[in-house]
Amino acid sequence: MIVAQRKPFEEIMNMLKGYKKVLNVGCGTCVAVCLAGGEKEVTVLNTELDMARKLKDNPIKIDGITIERQCDREYLAELDSKVDDYEAVVSMACGVGVQFLAERFPQIPVYPMVDTSGLAANQAVGWYEERCRSCNQCVLGMTGGICPVTMCAKGIYNGPCGGTNNGSCEIDTEQPCAWFMIYERLERQGRLDNILELHAPVEWLDQTPRTLVQPGYKKVDPEDLV
Amino acid sequence: MRLEYPSNVKIVRVPCTGKVDVSHLLRAMQQGADGAYCVGCLEGTCHYNEGNLRCRERVEHVRNLLEEVGLEGDRVRMYNLSSGEGPTFAAYAKEMTEHIKELGANPLSQKQKAAA
Ligand code: SF4
Ligand code: SF4
Repeated sequence: MIVAQRKPFEEIMNMLKGYKKVLNVGCGTCVAVCLAGGEKEVTVLNTELDMARKLKDNPIKIDGITIERQCDREYLAELDSKVDDYEAVVSMACGVGVQFLAERFPQIPVYPMVDTSGLAANQAVGWYEERCRSCNQCVLGMTGGICPVTMCAKGIYNGPCGGTNNGSCEIDTEQPCAWFMIYERLERQGRLDNILELHAPVEWLDQTPRTLVQPGYKKVDPEDLV
Repeated sequence: MRLEYPSNVKIVRVPCTGKVDVSHLLRAMQQGADGAYCVGCLEGTCHYNEGNLRCRERVEHVRNLLEEVGLEGDRVRMYNLSSGEGPTFAAYAKEMTEHIKELGANPLSQKQKAAA
């Protein structure tokens, strides 16, 4: 899932300093699961803002609403009749949700309340571990299911580098060397030959805006039918 | 056992302190409570294993949030005792009341009164 972290309160206070009537929109999907931007977190942030602004004798009216998913137009529609009552809208969704809100309501300033940090797995309550950087060229098949882009500090495809140190990465003894782990797993599976094959460097497909159309879902242009 | 504890303390019962959420404590303060505290079982004796430890974490978090907001974090505290310790419960209520009296009233409730 996508994980995110609440922005520092000071940064939020600064973004909102000129506004007196704001709508906070939470998202009920990934950011709710990772405890950053669901209904509960909307309540907590709004309560904090209300108190802080009252204490500064500059009250703010801040309402909250949490929709099912902010990265889906279908769910944004319920905000259409509401947003114009506010001077600004803030979003607790990931960067995709924030952009979708801003795009749907271009007449109104939209601000992000969380920092989106990546694709991660839940390891224990409140603890998330990044596992994929959506490189668009997945190599897990040759690396025994361990992602070198995410887990290796250098993101290299032909590791380990010279810094590998008895199972640890050179950046930190607490950080396991991804390529050491890959070696061990491939060895266990009798697939060490995978590591001997040289792999072309990553094409950095994640460096330009990408769109994805799943096979079978391409819209046919009526003009092409003639 | 008939025990006296300060009458200004309002008790909200929860099945386990693990049920107490950050938003509950924050909202109590938002609505003008001068202080709030959680009384959980002794650490290591939680029936649900870690309810009271989770509560401790949340209390700690709320204390930080209050400081960010501009209130004293120490208006919110966590206490632990075993269920047989009535007198300790009363002693904690007294300790907390005295501590809050030292800090004074919640500035938010004063502002609300001034606005009314
Ligand atoms: S190789 Fe690329 S797509 Fe596969 S897990 Fe790693 S970052 Fe994600
Ligand atoms: S020591 Fe291992 S994990 Fe660290 S940069 Fe080198 S190959 Fe990557």
